[in-house]
Amino acid sequence: MGGLLKNLMDWVDERFPATKVWKGSASEYYAPKNFNFWYYFGSLALLVLVNQIVTGIWLTMNYKPSAEMAFASVEYIMRDVPWGWLIRYMHSTGASLFLLVVYLHMFRGLLYGSYKKPRELVWIFGMLIYLVLMGEAFMGYLLPWGQMSFWGAQVITSLFGAVPVVGDLAVELIRGDYNISDVTLNRFFALHVIALPLALAGLVVAHLVALHEVGSNNPDGVEIHDHTDAQGTPLDGVTFHPYYTVKDIFGVVIFLMLACAIIFFAPEMGGYFLEHANFQPADPLQTPPHIAPVWYFTPFYAILRAVPHKLLGVIAMGASVMLFAFLPWLDRGPVRSIRYRGPLYKGALTLFVISFLGLGYLGTVPSSDIYTLIAQILSVIYFGFFLLMPIYTRIDKNKPVPDRLT
Amino acid sequence: MKNWIVCAVFSLLLHGVTLASGGDVELKHVEINHDNKASLQRGAQLFNNYCLSCHSVKYMRYKRVMDDLEIPEEIMKKNLMFTSDKLEDLMIVAMPNDDAKRWFGKVPPDLSLSVRQRGEAWVYTYLVSFYQEEGSPTGVNNLVLKNASMPHVLAPLQGLQKAVFEEKPDADGQVRHVFKRFELINKGEMTTEEYERAAKDLVNYMGYLAEPIRTERQSVGIWVMLFLAVLGIFTYLLKLEYWKDVH
Repeated sequence: MGGLLKNLMDWVDERFPATKVWKGSASEYYAPKNFNFWYYFGSLALLVLVNQIVTGIWLTMNYKPSAEMAFASVEYIMRDVPWGWLIRYMHSTGASLFLLVVYLHMFRGLLYGSYKKPRELVWIFGMLIYLVLMGEAFMGYLLPWGQMSFWGAQVITSLFGAVPVVGDLAVELIRGDYNISDVTLNRFFALHVIALPLALAGLVVAHLVALHEVGSNNPDGVEIHDHTDAQGTPLDGVTFHPYYTVKDIFGVVIFLMLACAIIFFAPEMGGYFLEHANFQPADPLQTPPHIAPVWYFTPFYAILRAVPHKLLGVIAMGASVMLFAFLPWLDRGPVRSIRYRGPLYKGALTLFVISFLGLGYLGTVPSSDIYTLIAQILSVIYFGFFLLMPIYTRIDKNKPVPDRLT
Repeated sequence: MKNWIVCAVFSLLLHGVTLASGGDVELKHVEINHDNKASLQRGAQLFNNYCLSCHSVKYMRYKRVMDDLEIPEEIMKKNLMFTSDKLEDLMIVAMPNDDAKRWFGKVPPDLSLSVRQRGEAWVYTYLVSFYQEEGSPTGVNNLVLKNASMPHVLAPLQGLQKAVFEEKPDADGQVRHVFKRFELINKGEMTTEEYERAAKDLVNYMGYLAEPIRTERQSVGIWVMLFLAVLGIFTYLLKLEYWKDVH
């Protein structure tokens, strides 16, 4: 039997680099041996992506992308399709968890300087994934055709109207109509199930290819390839398979416990994953008293509202997302990991986390004078983290970096 | 079942249109046991007889209710459905929308998802806070939904209460009427406690209608969590085994 399998594998390998790819990217691919908690989120993001694609395919089998039938078809899935409720909750919970995992994955980059040379392209592909993911989440949210689906899309698409001269045309092109309508629903559906997932899959491949070219960073921020044995094997590395495959499988189980706790016991997550107002079908004639995006967009939404000028607000919101892409060049510090950075970067990162979470909260509540003021202060801190980075990372008092992993 | 005629009579006087909003009344939080089948059955009886005449539950089928709540088929057909409906039918109202609009000023909203949209506390508070108001088209008003166009269909059960307001100055020094308490002025078939239980049963049933899988999802979830816990132990041991020679 073993001989038969080996012969088969040899036959394949002469025609397709199956074993070569497996060795190069898993069984003989070396990763630093000191990955900690923060290093689970890459493989978890991949897991959620697969979950979204698979549950998405099954949802598409029963969903009807029309203004007339969309809402009812979702309720049909929830009630009449066997196990439809589970597939729908897996998809809706997966959407929020995808963004959560990606935010934690990005934060890992900030902690350990994973975006710094030579990993700039890994980071840039990651940023593109994040942008596509935001589009994917935004368009997917229109599909259930509830009140928040409709009015959220109405508000966000109208932002493009702030662009001078071509703004109105842009809004019309995006909506395909003068308002969010059946036409918009159809094109968002097409983009959500075909265009963006394809782009996402391609970018994930690019992200991983770039990563495997330069190798993973680690919590110490030192290169493991600088210290190798006579055969060129990193002294502080372990092969990805089996070491990190078994470790990630354990991480997957813990993550699934969190996901299943939500799916089976709190699928609405108190209105944060499935908003209460979205259980009412879209009504173009009745504006809800309070329109809030889903939690993962609220930091940027709070920045938009904090700026008293519409166009400038839109620019600020766009910039708040895009600034992440420039981190490899904004960061002038010689040290990667937070473990050996000086007090300035540590303080700046702490303030940034506070402002991000604070803005995230403020984006969920109706605005008031005092909230707007707080949002403005937090926005200044948010931008300060990025724009002052070339200065404070350069003058920071870093600690000496060890030669090898600690 | 025949209640839509009653609704129609009530509503001849009506033309108020309401915009839903919580008002400034404190909602009453209720503890509801979603697994209490007797409560769900009582809720079904009340709902299908008093509410379903005007309000549809258009995403739900009679048969699902019958199966989930373990209601015998004869009782279901005789007491909880319109005679013209089949078990497999969706719970849709026979009242034409145009008539509904003429009688009530608006089509009574579909109640499939009300509890998920507004929450149990809102629906419960709504059901217990109708009060007498002279001059209103229905003869009543509601604390939660001001100028609701719905007549107090459950008045024969609850009786009629009046609301006592007190005058309080607000932060700006304006005098405002603040709700203080209800006083029962006409007794109904039920005592106050019985009516409150009936309202809870209704909310329980409406919560079931909003998400019929609710109970089953939780019982499936317990097994899933147990399985993952066991799998977690084994995958952790596997990880330890592989990593024991790495320093």
